[in-house]
Amino acid sequence: MPMQHTAKTFDEELKRLQSLIARMGGLAEQQLADAIQAVADRDTERASATVRGDQKVDDLEREVDDLVVHIMALRQPVAVDLRAILSALKISADLERVADYAANVAKRAIALNQLAPVRPVHAIPRMGQVVKEMIKDVLDAYVNGDVPRAVRVWSRDEELDEMYSSLFRELLTYMMEDARNITASTHLLFIAKNIERIGDHATNIAETIYFLVEGRPLREARPKHDETSFTVVKPAGAGR
Amino acid sequence: MTAILSPARPSDALPPLARPAVPPAGHAPGAVPDPAVKADIRNVRFFYKKFEAIKNISLPLYDRRVTAFIGPSGCGKSTLLRMLNRIYTLYPEQRAEGEILIDGRNALAADYDINLLRAKVGMVFQKPTPFPMSIYDNIAFGIRLYEKPPAAELDVRVEEALQRAALWNEVKDKLRQSGLGLSGGQQQRLCIARAIALRPEILLLDEPASALDPISTSKIEDLIHELRSDYCIAIVTHNMQQAARTADYTAFMYLGELVEYDETATIFTKPGKKQTEDYVTGRFG
Repeated sequence: MPMQHTAKTFDEELKRLQSLIARMGGLAEQQLADAIQAVADRDTERASATVRGDQKVDDLEREVDDLVVHIMALRQPVAVDLRAILSALKISADLERVADYAANVAKRAIALNQLAPVRPVHAIPRMGQVVKEMIKDVLDAYVNGDVPRAVRVWSRDEELDEMYSSLFRELLTYMMEDARNITASTHLLFIAKNIERIGDHATNIAETIYFLVEGRPLREARPKHDETSFTVVKPAGAGR
Repeated sequence: MTAILSPARPSDALPPLARPAVPPAGHAPGAVPDPAVKADIRNVRFFYKKFEAIKNISLPLYDRRVTAFIGPSGCGKSTLLRMLNRIYTLYPEQRAEGEILIDGRNALAADYDINLLRAKVGMVFQKPTPFPMSIYDNIAFGIRLYEKPPAAELDVRVEEALQRAALWNEVKDKLRQSGLGLSGGQQQRLCIARAIALRPEILLLDEPASALDPISTSKIEDLIHELRSDYCIAIVTHNMQQAARTADYTAFMYLGELVEYDETATIFTKPGKKQTEDYVTGRFG
């Protein structure tokens, strides 16, 4: 239990900031789960609800911004308080992006539901499971100031990158097999990319937690296994 | 939820005084690449009768750098400042132990000429203390005590001091008027001008802006920034933002002890000790 500020209202403001982040985190987590569920179940209704739900996360982000400006202007925070406030601002921006990607996955789920199912869709719930765990763990790490847990999330992004690279290849092959698969496969590819990006935001949050607690940035280079930017799959029998 | 505000602090285990290995480049990088220690405070103690107000403190004051002393009332920061020019010798039953080496010579030693010390170490107090005489004489008075310059040279010295204290433009047309007629902020700059007229090497500022309005405070802070390029400056302040703004190094004192001394940026972003963090974030007491 940290010592209280002499100014009690400052403590209350910091608590409010943390609870806003926790609420945002919970919402973003739920949005993500719903979006992935909507893809897996071909559930258009759930997908539409998820698209609409994004607004709540955006509203919370604005609330965080306002509170941060208020605290900065009135309290001139330093040391651990300054880090707590800067971290809240950064984490809320990351969570807002997470929810945006979730909403985009939901939109594409609606599109996918109008097409015949394609086989590689089975990979989405698996990727979704990993990224949901990453977000949940990183939020728990934030609430508890748990650096080792944050660092574990940070290293786990590698696993997600590998899953994404492998799905990328599978989808390219699938599209080459039959041009009628292209629409659905492209949506799936974007869905997978969105999930992969959510993983990147989870690692951003993990880095922020490290800075918040340790007072210095996490400088090691993170292992990257997303090779899709360099991947070339040639159709069988193509020249050269 | 509050758990996040109390991260483990392995650095609490550090020894009480960790001097920064490399002094910061300061506000003008490259201007003074390697500041020298101007005053080396070594194992000093101070007693008011039997009460030990300063308990074995050591730290350097760097030349052409600003060192701020912060801490709650009664922590000994003003007392430490008062040791540097031995102003305490005006009072009976106050005594100091230890050494303050100024350019290698112990200023606390009885054989260190006190008049020489006071000329070398200028001091400005919380409340402006102009003498009840003209603006010109406020500055000239001190110079005449030590030197007998010809009138023309005295004029130059007075102007120079007022220029350096950023007061010249406001008073150049009324040098013969009383210093007491100036505003509080102007009076304080007059006192700073009076101190630097003697061409000291160390400037001690004891709460120099705490009785001033925000604009006068900014002027004093600007002035500190200007003077920094020529003097070793030590400032005591209750205003932590002022320490953060003006100082290169900050020393946090509590109950007569030096809790932490480091570069100002470190003290206000990631202090090594929990006690310092509690104080700078306003969690004290």
